[in-house]
Amino acid sequence: MDVVARIASLIRETSSSLPDDVERSIKAAVRREDAVSSAAVVLKTILENVKLARKSGTPLCQDTGTLTFFVGDALRRKVTPQKIKKAVALATEKGWLRKNTIDSVSGASYDDNCADGAPVVHYVEHGGRTVTLLMKGGGSENMSRQYSLPDSGLDAGRDLAGVRKCILDAVVKAQGYGCAPGVLGVCIGGDRATGYETAKGQLLRSLGDGSPDPKLRALEKKALEEANSLGIGPMGLGGRTTLLGLKIAARPRVPASFFVTVAYMCWALRRRTIEIPA
Amino acid sequence: MIELKYPFDEKTIRSLRAGDAVSITGRIYTGRDKFHKYFADGGELPVDFRDGALYHCGPVIVEDNGGYKVVAAGPTTSVRENPYEPDFIAKSGVRLVIGKGGMDEATLEAMRKYGCVYVQAVGGAAALSAAAVKNVAGVSMLSEFGAAEAVWHFDVSGFCGVVAMDSHGGSLFSDVAKLSEKRFSEIVA
Repeated sequence: MDVVARIASLIRETSSSLPDDVERSIKAAVRREDAVSSAAVVLKTILENVKLARKSGTPLCQDTGTLTFFVGDALRRKVTPQKIKKAVALATEKGWLRKNTIDSVSGASYDDNCADGAPVVHYVEHGGRTVTLLMKGGGSENMSRQYSLPDSGLDAGRDLAGVRKCILDAVVKAQGYGCAPGVLGVCIGGDRATGYETAKGQLLRSLGDGSPDPKLRALEKKALEEANSLGIGPMGLGGRTTLLGLKIAARPRVPASFFVTVAYMCWALRRRTIEIPA
Repeated sequence: MIELKYPFDEKTIRSLRAGDAVSITGRIYTGRDKFHKYFADGGELPVDFRDGALYHCGPVIVEDNGGYKVVAAGPTTSVRENPYEPDFIAKSGVRLVIGKGGMDEATLEAMRKYGCVYVQAVGGAAALSAAAVKNVAGVSMLSEFGAAEAVWHFDVSGFCGVVAMDSHGGSLFSDVAKLSEKRFSEIVA
């Protein structure tokens, strides 16, 4: 298979097949909810949908989202932006992607989902020969937010206690709008741009892992439990499962700034990595 | 599970309560951001919504033997249409608004006044929703709004959801929002 075909098939797989760790996590959530609750009904509907989409190879969510490709540096010459665009156009033609790219000035649709800046392609150091695709829909992206500490409204200072308040506030503000149960990627510090980039990058981590930093790992665990005690539940209809995961990273900052950036991802956490041999 | 069949009469709609599970059969029309803005700017409705259903949805659709086939058709977030929906409900005579995430107090009030309910479909469950669309009978505003925002005419069968806002002021969302805000204050206190 040539590179274009490989990337097109990566798009189809990512769009139609929820990663194992996410599916397992939703299955575990069903067991935590009362059997007759709307939370259980929603989660079971999600699982049924996951199964159907995988079987038919069709998008599990119609918002096929912003496509972000993380390409290992070793593939810079082999997996070019031009080839990725060709694959995106092909996947769109096949109905694996929605016509989802709009010119922000004219309002016109780029019917092949290709434009200057779309899809998003990052070449990453230490990425080896892997290509990772993240597909993130607009409903969840709209629920992402950035805080600047101190925040007097939240009574949040420049420490991990303040970070925890930001995280829980973001969950309360998101309610069910971003298609809960969600996964949060959080970045402490950085500038505004790297904050969002790093927070989004955390969504690529496996749901089962913990931060290598013990303090952040403890915060991930604690704030996740607290978020799930808020009672928001699947799709905001109430329940014990509001988040499936919480992943936190930190980046250096300048003395004047202390940003906490929260990337909200819906349950349809579409991410997948393939290796492209030499 | 309560079966709802198009056309949806006011009496049936008024009998529904927040929390009721429903299964919808018959014609529904999609309409989202561009549709609502167009309507608010004075645009003429391309289809008759009286006793009908509006679905906040931007589907994935492919052309199929001269017609259209739905590949994925889950709900989009409804809250963006809050500024427009009360007026739309008042003028269009729509009885069902289907979407996700719920809508604001002004929309709830319009639903109370005119006899309309909000049905929550499961967000992201697009393959399942698509399977309930048995036929794409037509499309309006395709060239104006693009495929993801056009007004698609769907004939559905057994399209499932939960009544999350009823015509008596009941809303599952506001109950959950109040509870979670209270809990948040307790946790961070």
